[in-house]
Formats: sequence, C-alpha cells, structure tokens
Amino acid sequence: MDMQKNPLSFQLDLKPEDFLPASKDEQESLVVMRESVSFWKDGLRRFRKNKIAMVSLVVILIIMFCAFIVPMFYPYSYEQQVRGSENLAPMEYSAQELERIAAGESVFPHIAGTDKLGRDYAIRLMIGARISLLVGIVASAMILVIGSIYGSISAFFGGWVDMIMMRITDIIYTIPDILLIILLGFALKAPLETLASAPGFGWLQTLGPNLVSIFIVFALLYWVSMARIVRSQILTLKEAEYVTAARALGASNGRIIKKHLLTNCIGTLIVTTTLQIPSSIFTESFMSFLGMGVAVPLPSLGSLATDALKGMNTYPHLLFLPAAIISIIILSFNLLGDGLRDAFDPKLKN
Amino acid sequence: MVKYAIKRIAMGLLSLFIVATLTFFLMQAVPGGPFMSEKAISAQAMAALEAKYGLDQPVLVQYKNYLVNALHGDFGPSLKQRGRDVSDIIATKFPVSASLGGTAVVVALVVGIPMGCLAAYHRGKWADNLIIFFATCGIAVPSFVTSSVLIYTFGSKLKLLPTIGLDSPASYIMPVTALAFYPTAYIARLMRSSLLDVMGQDYMRTARAKGVSGFKTLFKHALRNAILPVVTYVGPMLAGLLVGSFVVEKIFTIPGLGREFVSAITNRDYMMIMGTTIFLAALVIAINVVVDILYKIIDPRIKLK
Repeated sequence: MDMQKNPLSFQLDLKPEDFLPASKDEQESLVVMRESVSFWKDGLRRFRKNKIAMVSLVVILIIMFCAFIVPMFYPYSYEQQVRGSENLAPMEYSAQELERIAAGESVFPHIAGTDKLGRDYAIRLMIGARISLLVGIVASAMILVIGSIYGSISAFFGGWVDMIMMRITDIIYTIPDILLIILLGFALKAPLETLASAPGFGWLQTLGPNLVSIFIVFALLYWVSMARIVRSQILTLKEAEYVTAARALGASNGRIIKKHLLTNCIGTLIVTTTLQIPSSIFTESFMSFLGMGVAVPLPSLGSLATDALKGMNTYPHLLFLPAAIISIIILSFNLLGDGLRDAFDPKLKN
Repeated sequence: MVKYAIKRIAMGLLSLFIVATLTFFLMQAVPGGPFMSEKAISAQAMAALEAKYGLDQPVLVQYKNYLVNALHGDFGPSLKQRGRDVSDIIATKFPVSASLGGTAVVVALVVGIPMGCLAAYHRGKWADNLIIFFATCGIAVPSFVTSSVLIYTFGSKLKLLPTIGLDSPASYIMPVTALAFYPTAYIARLMRSSLLDVMGQDYMRTARAKGVSGFKTLFKHALRNAILPVVTYVGPMLAGLLVGSFVVEKIFTIPGLGREFVSAITNRDYMMIMGTTIFLAALVIAINVVVDILYKIIDPRIKLK
C-alpha cells in the first residue's frame, strides 16, 4: 500500500528490509577500530623511528659484545705479561715476536699496543669496559629495586609514614654523596677483605672487595632520586579509579602496588634506570681514577687512564683509548635513555 | 617564610650532624690505626702517641670531644703532616680551591646561560644543533678526560699554557675549562629546555601579539621565568665541582683542598679526611639551604610547606 509522500517532507524512505538484523559482513565493515596497540608496541614503534637512539643502542651492543664475549676467545689475558713486549705501539711487534713470525708462527697482533708491563692493551680495555658496564648495570638495577620499593611504600601509605620516609631522603639528598662514597669505600674495604678470606665468601674475592664496596655505596646512597620519582608518580596514580576498584574487590596493598601502581609507571622506571647507568659509570670511573676502584691487576677504564697519565707524552694512546671508550659508553647510554624517554614516557620530556 | 627558613636550616644542621657522626664512626671502623704504616713502633711509643692524640680514651668520649672541638672550628692535628692542624691546612688550601671553583661557576653561568638562550631562540637551526651537540657530548665526558686532553694538546704539544700550579692568570685557563665543561653543558641544556617551555606559554604569545619585539620578550618575560631551574641546579653543580676539583687538582698539581683530600685518603690521614669531609659537607649543605630559601623568595608561585 503506497502512501503519497509529501515532496517537501524529510521523512526517510524506509523499507521493511531495513529492519532486518545486519549480516556478518555488514557488521565487520562497520567496525572502525584498528587493532589495539599495546604500550610496548607503541613505544617500540616510536623508538625505532629515533635514529640517534637506535645508533646508540647498536654502539652499546657492540661494546657489550667486546666486553663480555670477545675476551673469551682473545689470545691474550688481561694480566698476562709478555716479556720483551713492553710499551709497544698499536699493531707493533716486539723483536721476539718478529722472530717467531719469521719462524712461521702466527702471532696475534697487539691491536692497541701493550702497557709498560707488557700486557696487551686491547684486552685490558675490554675488561675495563666490562667492569664499567657491570658497575653501571648492577648498580642501576639495585637502585631501581630499592628506590621503587621505598618510593612506592612512601607514596602508598602517605601520612606520617610518607613524611618520615621523605625526610630521610631529604637528608641523604643534601649530603654530598661523593664524600660519603669515598669514606664508605675507604671504611668498607678492609672489612670486606677480611670477609672475602673467610670460608664461603670466596665469591667476594673474585668480584674484588672494592667493586663490592662500590655496589654497597651505590645501593646505600643513590636510590634517593629514584625513590622521589616513583613516589611522585604513585601519588597521582593511586587516586585512579582502578585502584579503588581493586581495593573494593579485596586486593591486598602489596598486590595493588605490584600489579597496578608499579606497572603503570614502568615507562618512568625504564627511563630513569637507563639514565642511571651512565651516572653510575661516571662515578665509578672517577673513583677508579682516584685509586679507589677495582683492585690491581683488574683494570677499569678509570684506573687505566690514571696509570697512563704519567707517560702521557710518550704513549698518549694509553690515555686516550680508555678516555674515549668511557666517553662513548656514557654518551650512548645518555642518548639511549633520552630515546627511551621520548618513546615510552613523553610526559617526562622537559 | 621565616618558618620555612628555620625548618630548612634545622634540616641542614641535622644533615651535617649525621655526616659528622657517620664520618667519625666510619673512620673508627677502619682497621689499622693511623700509625700502622710507620716502621716498627715500640709499644711504649705507640701508647704515648695514642695518649697524645687522645686515641686511648673510650670511643664515645673521643666522639664527644671531636664534635665539641669541631663546633669550635678545631678538627685536631693532622696525623701525617706533623705539627699542622687540620683547620690550618684547610684555611691555607681552601682559598686556592675556592678561587678555582668560583671561576668555574662564573664561567659555567656566563657561557652556559647565553648558549641555552641562543639555542632556544634559534630552535631547529644550525646554532641550536651545534649547541645541542656540544651539550650532549659535554655531559658525557668525565673531568679527567677533559683535563688530560687539554694538558696533552695545549700543554705538551702546543706548549701554549702552563700545565702545573695556579701561579699566573694563564694557568687558570685549563683547570677552569676542565672544571666548567660539564656544568656549562648541563646549564646550556637546562636553559634551552626551560626557555622553550616558557616560550610556549600564553603570556609570551600575548606579549608578542601586543607588538613587543622577539628579542625583548626573550629578555623581559621569558628569561626571568626560565632561569629558575638553573637556580636549583646550583646545589648539585657545587657538589659536581667538588668532585671535579679532586680530579683536576690532582692532574694539574694545584695545591688546593681537593688534592689534599685525595692524598689524605692514600695516606690514611684520618683526622684530615674527617676534617675535610665535614668542612666540605658543611659548605655544600649551607649553599643548598641558601639556594632553597632563595628559590622560594624568587618564585612566589611555589607553595611554602
């Protein structure tokens, strides 16, 4: 039955078919949402676009490869003294080695020369870089753990707990850390050496008491800024509805901190930790430079530089190689951290 | 305001007390007395020495004596430099370090702030890129690297500048450059980002819309607000210069407090170590307190807690 339609009417021309349920195809064509992009995917996509950060990541991986893997296959060891090959220039052979080459033996070249005790400098640089990286990474990991636990407890409980905990960080923050690092390093050295000779603590000896005291010092002092950052993040996060919801569902405090609060500031945590690595390396090289770092014969980039200082005019490469490597390591970590920050935590960018 | 200032000063004093206590007990924990390195001292001589320096008394009495004396500015005698008091050594050596450090602070501010402004003003242009490059490299290079590169090129190879001591104005150039390198780079970076932040504010747009020249807006409106983060950096900068001075004074053989401290560590002169630590800590803490209070005065937007 056709009704006469007023030509001026806006009434739609509906047919009975229009009221049928939509078919599968039609339903799918109406979905406008793209595939959901997770936090990681989104960050990684942004990170990959950042050329500087990618290059520094590659540089760090190359240095790590040289520091941790190459020494396993390297024909020289860092403490091995080759008689007669003292103070060689890079790629130079000593008289004895030239004889051996003439006799048909193959002698691995001293890529970076040797030091005054006839130790191959390239392997010492690699081990030195290993120490620096180890200090940077282990110290930052400890700072991450201590700082995030401290900061989240302080922010989560609030009130007087927060006040006391923050006053403690304020005090640690005002104390010039480098003085305490030197003092602690000095005071811890002897007890750790005694402890290392006790049975069951042999691992201390292999690590070197000085290295352990550096770690202890970092763990005691450097978590403060991390704790502050985590605290300020959690102070805002804990007001979120999902925290109230979790609490209403009966989640315990520990679970809320672990599952909801820390997970949500993971971007900040990653970025702060990455940027902590170069600053730890910086401090370690400084302490080694002052002769308070790892014990001889173990080299660190800082101690290699100090040792080379006296012979600077005759053998400048002995000084400039460790100096350049340490600067490159710090630079790459800084740039990597900046890149990660831009990718995972754009809010932090100032 | 007064309440805040008092609170802040009290906190500073508490920190200082903690530093002094920690220092004292850490030094107590170091095994081997200060006279261990001397060759074969008889038991009697040892006892006499210990009595002379009051080391035979109970630890707590020593601690009390040390604190009381330190409050009077007396840090006891140096154990290695016979006949000299620690406060004496500090009084003669500190001016050297202070003149070096002070010059470095001035250089860092005078070079760093304009660099940051220039970079922000020419954002994205080559000047900006150049300054960013410098700033990025600058904060990656430890002071011992800067110092040794400077010594090698300008001291040993080109023979332009003296490499030892602080006798002439020319001999200031290298140590100050080495010392100011990191803070300059840091300040330039800080200044640039904070200025860019301020330049995006509404009142800047208003000023420009009213016809104020770009240059004038930068100086009249932006700089004042953007300089605040640099003020907060003064405290950490000082601590950084302290660290730098240990290294730089060692490399350039400058007779300052930093070098004295480093040699006290190697010599285990623990009266000297304690005295210097407390003195330097007091200095850093005091400046931090002053900066914090100043900061609140400069920027009234910050709520007093």
